Amino acid sequence: MVGREGRVDALIPFDEVLTRYEPVIGLETHVELGTVTKMFCGCPARFGGEPNSLVCPVCLGLPGSLPVTNRAAIEYTIRIGLALNCTIADWCRFARKNYFYPDMPKNFQISQYDEPLCTNGYLDISVEDPGAEGGARQVRVGIERVHLEEDTGKSLHVGGATGRIHGADYSLVDYNRAGIPLVEIVTKPVEGTGPLAPAVAHTYVSELRDLMRALEVSDVRMEEGSLRCDVNTSLSPRGSGVWGTRTETKNVNSLRSVERAVRYEIERQAAVLDEGRPVALETRHFHEDTGVTTVGRSKEEAQDYRYFPEPDLVPVAPSREWVEQIRAALPELPLARRARLKTEWGLSDREFAAIHNAGAVDLVARTVEAGAPPADARKWWLNELVRRANESGTDLAELPITPADVARVAALVASGELNDKLARQVIEGVLAGEGTPDEVVAARGLAIVSDEGALTAAVDEAIAANPEVAQKVRDGKVAAAGALVGAVMKATRGQADAARARELILARLGRG
Amino acid sequence: MPIARDDVAHLARLSRLALADGELDHLAAQLDVIISAVARVQEVAAEGIPPTSHAVPLVNVFRDDVEWPCLGAEKALDQAPAVEQQRFRVPRILAED
Amino acid sequence: MADELTRMSAAGIAAAIAGGEVSALEVTDAHLAWIGEVDDAVHAFLHVAADGARRAARAVDERRADGEPLGPLAGVPLALKDLFTTTDMPTTCGSAILNGWRPPYDATITRRLREAGVVILGKTNMDEFAMGSSTENSAFGPTHNPWDLTRVPGGSSGGSSAAVAAFEAPLAIGTDTGGSIRQPAAVCGVVGVKPTYGGSSRYGVVAFASSLDTPGPLARTVLDAALLHETMSGHDPCDSTSVDAPVPPVVAAARQADVSGLTIGVVPELGGEGCQPGVLARFGEAVELLESLGAKVIEVSCPHFSYALPAYYLIAPSECSSNLARFDGMRYGLRAGDDGTRSAEEVMALTREQGFGAEVKRRIMLGTYALSSGYYDAYYGKAQQVRTLIIRDFEAAFDRVDVLVSPSTPTTAFPLGERVDDPLAMYVADLCTIPSDLAGNAALSVPCGLAAEDGLPVGLQIMAPVLADDRVYRVGAAVEAALESRRGHPLLDDAKGLG
Repeated sequence: MVGREGRVDALIPFDEVLTRYEPVIGLETHVELGTVTKMFCGCPARFGGEPNSLVCPVCLGLPGSLPVTNRAAIEYTIRIGLALNCTIADWCRFARKNYFYPDMPKNFQISQYDEPLCTNGYLDISVEDPGAEGGARQVRVGIERVHLEEDTGKSLHVGGATGRIHGADYSLVDYNRAGIPLVEIVTKPVEGTGPLAPAVAHTYVSELRDLMRALEVSDVRMEEGSLRCDVNTSLSPRGSGVWGTRTETKNVNSLRSVERAVRYEIERQAAVLDEGRPVALETRHFHEDTGVTTVGRSKEEAQDYRYFPEPDLVPVAPSREWVEQIRAALPELPLARRARLKTEWGLSDREFAAIHNAGAVDLVARTVEAGAPPADARKWWLNELVRRANESGTDLAELPITPADVARVAALVASGELNDKLARQVIEGVLAGEGTPDEVVAARGLAIVSDEGALTAAVDEAIAANPEVAQKVRDGKVAAAGALVGAVMKATRGQADAARARELILARLGRG
Repeated sequence: MPIARDDVAHLARLSRLALADGELDHLAAQLDVIISAVARVQEVAAEGIPPTSHAVPLVNVFRDDVEWPCLGAEKALDQAPAVEQQRFRVPRILAED
Repeated sequence: MADELTRMSAAGIAAAIAGGEVSALEVTDAHLAWIGEVDDAVHAFLHVAADGARRAARAVDERRADGEPLGPLAGVPLALKDLFTTTDMPTTCGSAILNGWRPPYDATITRRLREAGVVILGKTNMDEFAMGSSTENSAFGPTHNPWDLTRVPGGSSGGSSAAVAAFEAPLAIGTDTGGSIRQPAAVCGVVGVKPTYGGSSRYGVVAFASSLDTPGPLARTVLDAALLHETMSGHDPCDSTSVDAPVPPVVAAARQADVSGLTIGVVPELGGEGCQPGVLARFGEAVELLESLGAKVIEVSCPHFSYALPAYYLIAPSECSSNLARFDGMRYGLRAGDDGTRSAEEVMALTREQGFGAEVKRRIMLGTYALSSGYYDAYYGKAQQVRTLIIRDFEAAFDRVDVLVSPSTPTTAFPLGERVDDPLAMYVADLCTIPSDLAGNAALSVPCGLAAEDGLPVGLQIMAPVLADDRVYRVGAAVEAALESRRGHPLLDDAKGLG
């Protein structure tokens, strides 16, 4: 693993690390709110758009411009805070975070410092753990704070090898994103997760994402940047009770990267500590392609942001009535929803955990809504469709088949028009874009042959073609009928009703 | 408490001011005098006195989440020292992280 | 006639236009002509917008001809401090870093003036980014006091006060952060008012110290100032710190001009040490005058006012160090040193080094220092506590009196160049005005005579509680009327600077 200076990072294998160290992780997540307008001005808070077309004097930070707080952004943040079981401040303020950077038009960011809107909450998550009871470990991730700030513009770096900032000759800045409301959610340190640390990080971000979607406050797409993650990792020598120095890893742009980054840092830091060197308090950059972290620009000293209360804005003091209104309007949260569905579907913890771990809860739920029995819905999604998703390297939810389609297939099997084998072919057809399940059945002629005449003809042909087997059946070896059923199935390309074929065969041969 | 020349040089860096040496010396001397003068505020007994950041107390000033007209890229960019691809062209940025 | 037009008050001009005695265009032309004659010497203006002014004047004339109703200041010329954004005129803030900048949007106040039919003649000179008390910190050369061209007009709104004192405009607008309307008004012998903080919109007013900056009117009479105050003030949804309450009835108060029954407090902390004898003498007489007019006068000590100056010179630079960070050569204004090899950091530092003057650099570094980790509590934090104590002093005082009075500034106009190398000496000019900026309450400066030793104007400062702006107009108008009647002619008739 090559570090930025060309030095190879030594790594201790993960399992070995855990025999001697306890990982402690923390996550800072930024969520871009899906409000109509920006945090402090009326420009559209839209993704995309011609560069610098969604700007005004305020978000450009032009001399003389002034911010005015978007009420919806406050409401969304309170919603998030309530869903994370936080205390909502009676009174809080914005503060200026001062530093120079070309993507920040004012060279300060309006944020919150020691007076955030929400504090001291938690998110309960269920982490896949085959060794645990029910197949999952329950972890309560403490939430330190939830606060609001404004997003920065975006830079394109020109001239460097990879479009990254290192080696660039100059940069091009687009301020469309500047001023979009950003909620920062900071966890308390999460300890005691041991080997599950990377999975805990992954699951936390995934759950948080689901929560944001359920709350309808953001579309939380990591690939679009509306959900961003920094991961903090440190190692504590087992049993010492002394926390290690943490590193902050940025540029973690997918759930998988969250997990990989934590894992890498655990392995790297262990190697450093084993050599007797201290872990440096630093910010690191995660590389998706190689899975390693490298040091960011080393700083001479920690940044002094010279925070002070934002004088252009007045304090935010949400009334308790307003907070209760928001609380009353909260939708069913994912945790509660999952508990309800598990009960409704009559599943054990482990069974439900399997659905959840596959990311299929929503899909199964919608399939049930479309009329399928939960067991059928579960069966199709977790078996055939998971297999197909893995084959094509896509997410389950990205497969080109809808829950309604799956429900239809299940219905066709239940009514006897399809058997499992045929059903799998129908699914294949739908995934290939051949149309709805019914269209595929018709086009491919996949319906079970229930026409007695055709079936009888096929049975007679099979008997005629296999006289020795037929004789065995006549003689009382009923089990041998299986081969004749097989022949009928083959002759009908699997579309015969196997049970009926068997009945007919036995009847024909005097054993029915 | 006097402020050392090095401290002033540091402040200049933090504030993005490329002071020439002579200017730095001159400003350092002046800042030293000024800081000593303003330090008088420390004489005031202020135990338990809340700080005021807004003289006229207001809270909860909000705007509705409704769009207003944007400037348009042309107006946004036409005073810019350098423009390329409808963006503000700036000199190379040293990486922050 | 042109001569007479430039000597008229705003109220008089508005009435003459509305009454058809003169056209708005004639009035504007007369002022433009006079500016042409005297501004080479005074240098009140950085930009004269002759075409725009004439267009605005003609529009007023057309509306009058169409029988449309005209506002109380329609057709009246005005000089606007170059700190306010104007789409049709440059906005430099007195700084090289914004030389040539054309804002793409108008300040709310600019918009309101235009809607009211006020004719903006141009942008006036000022101390760079409103930092200073003499207008000598302008990157474009100082303004000269019309009373004596070798002296300062005060600052930072020196161009505005000089324009009014030199009859280049009957009205002007400035901003007051530490005294930058009242002090120049005092040393130029005109009326200047700092409204209650938040009374006038700051949207489009380039920020110096956000929690202190207050746009306000300058004029030759208290009534004119009141008329402008009403036109420019009022809630603005684009400014979160804007007061959402009706504008106090300042015009009515200016007309009322009566102090009988009022209790007036003299603040000993604001009128002793460091005050020029002639200033104290005129001030003392003004106090006696108030008594003779039927007011009761008592002494009210405001002990923390002695700490107002150091508190201000921590709070204001702190806020300004942050507000001025945006001037970095990346998006507008000056960009220096970009030779293709330098980094953004380096170009920012070279741009700011070249674009900012010495006072601005001093305050930026002072503010950066006061906000630094390790120093915040002792400096910025402490100053904000002192601010609370000053507010409480005012509240206690206003429990006992209706208004407080003091000299507006310790000395008369000092000579150009006298204090440029001595920042602390320069800062002392704000001694009397600063407390009201920190507390946000209304304050007015009205001329109360000439100092015996130099024949230069002295200002009386009147302070009222937050949102009680009408009181300062009421008392100010009473003093003005009594003094003028005593003197027999307007004060400015005695200004000899322009011959």
